[in-house]
Amino acid sequence: MTAFLTLFHKELLRFWKVSFQTVLAPMVSTLLYLLIFLQVLDAQREVYPGIPYTIFLIPGLVMMVVIQNAFANSSSSMIQSKISGNIVFILLSPLTYQQIFFAYVLASIARGLLVGLGVYIVTLIFFEIPLHLPLWALLFVMLGSAILGALGLIAGIWADKFDQLAAFQNFIILPLSFLSGVFYTIHALPAGWQYLSHLNPFFYMIDGFRYGFFGVSDISPYVSLLIVAICLFAISVYAIRLLKMGYKLRH
Amino acid sequence: MLPAIEISEVYKTYGKLPVLLDVNLEIRQGEFFALLGPNGAGKTTLISIIAGLTLATSGSIRVMGYDVVTQYQNARRNLGIVPQELVFDPFFTVREILQIQSGYYGIKQNSDWIDEILERLDLAHKADDNMRSLSGGMKRRVLVAQALVHKPPVIILDEPTAGVDVELRQTLWEFIKQLNHDGHTVVLTTHYLEEAETLCSRVAMLKQGQIIALDTTQNLINKISHDYAVQLRLQPDVLPPELKLLQITHGNGIFELHLESYQQLEVVLASLRTAGIQVQELRLQQPDLEDVFLSMMKNNATEVQ
Repeated sequence: MTAFLTLFHKELLRFWKVSFQTVLAPMVSTLLYLLIFLQVLDAQREVYPGIPYTIFLIPGLVMMVVIQNAFANSSSSMIQSKISGNIVFILLSPLTYQQIFFAYVLASIARGLLVGLGVYIVTLIFFEIPLHLPLWALLFVMLGSAILGALGLIAGIWADKFDQLAAFQNFIILPLSFLSGVFYTIHALPAGWQYLSHLNPFFYMIDGFRYGFFGVSDISPYVSLLIVAICLFAISVYAIRLLKMGYKLRH
Repeated sequence: MLPAIEISEVYKTYGKLPVLLDVNLEIRQGEFFALLGPNGAGKTTLISIIAGLTLATSGSIRVMGYDVVTQYQNARRNLGIVPQELVFDPFFTVREILQIQSGYYGIKQNSDWIDEILERLDLAHKADDNMRSLSGGMKRRVLVAQALVHKPPVIILDEPTAGVDVELRQTLWEFIKQLNHDGHTVVLTTHYLEEAETLCSRVAMLKQGQIIALDTTQNLINKISHDYAVQLRLQPDVLPPELKLLQITHGNGIFELHLESYQQLEVVLASLRTAGIQVQELRLQQPDLEDVFLSMMKNNATEVQ
């Protein structure tokens, strides 16, 4: 247990020591998104009965920033360790594959939640945001950040250089999160796009998270929960398998 | 007694390229052992397999009785490795790095031992400096410290003194000798053959993935010890014809002659006296590990074993 806690603690320290870059910067850019969208778009239009666009947008943005930072944390930590070579200190140690996996993923969850909570608290100063089912919201934000933490670990293991990691982030993670209903309800989309949105696992994270706030969602939160849980399970099994095989880590 | 490291029939190929071919080796507890070989001989690959950083194509390795693949946790607890490359984590100070490394091995409180290592490696004044700010030599010391935080019974140093100043080499070897004296098994690879000669009791030589020699350092030297050489500066700078057969080289006014025994020196000197040639300078050369190494690397495995 000490070994796992040490690696977890080290991963927390790693981002905390540069928290301007890893916590404050994403908070500021997300709040800027909010500011701009609210100026440009029709903020008072109701998305769900009694829920104006402003309020609808906030949980989506929170989830987006959580997702992106959870991914960034494990992926950048892994690739930095790989490229600088200091990953050997973990590989030489008796840490088990599961311990390595959970330490990286939990640290990703921690950073995702910290940034998300920061954005949420700032918006609470200016807006009254309902929170009908906080446990549902918490459940989805935990699962969502865990999925992205595990995906980040996979991407960090897979990528040989920062360029490849940036490609993974910009061509997979970013589009999936932007097109998952962060900024809109998918009911507003044409049928074809609605169908495509259902293939995007990020959609279920965000829809489920929003359900925690408003008690209403585009699809049943139980379906979202099931899909998100299956995704997390599959990605985790895959990530642990890569660690066990030593894919790109042990020759 | 259980061997510290037991290597059985280890093969490793990268694609079709063979790197290790049927390596068998047993290193006893408490030994100070050297693994020598030219670049590309497979030393680092072998160490990586012991460390679990590389997987063998076939064969098995045990560290203190634990298989490095199936019982990797116990094997790694018994092993401290100083990697060849100068790697470090730029986010932390020296002390933080050592505390983290201790934690990986399940050790919560390790301050006393960390202080001692810092002291012994002359790192104490840098303990709270960030890794980034350290010089190469200092980073190398931290690597050694990291390998020792869990007091491993078996310590492997992969060219720990490459590119390191003389002072650190002395400090380092004093410390490692002390650890060996306290019962730790020490294995090292080095390019500095005199280090292996003065420190190590046994030597294995690797060439193209095979062990071509494995013996005590003294035995290896004795194997070619019938060969001596004498260097002479003569006035005039000529050699009597009967000595031409012994000549190995001649350059910068120095003749190097091959001797089969010390007695032969008498013959050489007599012959010079008769010819009226004066000896201005004389130097006898005894074989050292470097000669053994060079001769082994030239010959085939079958000839020397």
